[in-house]
Amino acid sequence: MGEELKAGCARPTGGPVGQDRDAATENKPLDDKKEERKMVMVGRKAPDFTAPGYHKGKFVEIRLSEYLGKWTLLCFYPGDFTFV
Amino acid sequence: MEILSISIDSMFVHKMWNDHELSKMVSGGIPFPMLSDAGGRVGKVYGVYDEDAGVETRGRFIIDPDGVIQGYEVLTPPVGRNVSETIRQIQAFQLVRETKGAEATPSGWKPGKMTLKPGADLVGKVWEQWKTEMAFD
Repeated sequence: MGEELKAGCARPTGGPVGQDRDAATENKPLDDKKEERKMVMVGRKAPDFTAPGYHKGKFVEIRLSEYLGKWTLLCFYPGDFTFV
Repeated sequence: MEILSISIDSMFVHKMWNDHELSKMVSGGIPFPMLSDAGGRVGKVYGVYDEDAGVETRGRFIIDPDGVIQGYEVLTPPVGRNVSETIRQIQAFQLVRETKGAEATPSGWKPGKMTLKPGADLVGKVWEQWKTEMAFD
């Protein structure tokens, strides 16, 4: 899954896709209504995003919505080469 | 079941970590995509980006085939996850989805244990079916 990326010196970035994009990329204060809509909650849609990554020898660009139709486990962690 | 891991490290560092350390723990290397969220923009939306430390906390989200978050857990960095518990939760959510909500999994449920069938007949009668010992392994 995902599109292969060429590895260059320009570092590829991803980020939220769609409605969440503006709020997440700019540091402007949100009004209460917007904040409520954006909150991650069980029973609500997982915010879509794109991100570059490494997968079995290749660099790829992944979009979460490509995984619709499948059970997906999304795991954040503090950092590579840390201990736990 | 698909897995995606994500941290603020670049995809190049992911490659180095896989090639030099993780492939020594997991034969063949990491089988799922290791995503890069430099800047923590995705982590911010998911509420797991720690701005002071500049890293993402240990957040784990179970997302169903409709893209809906069914469960999540977030830990501070020094404590690792319990993979068996994550698998148990996924099995429970899958059972509920397969039965279209006709069955629910009480505390301590794992595959093979009894489920509850919510309905008018069960109101006030859970105590007859579910015993406190069943909360434990």
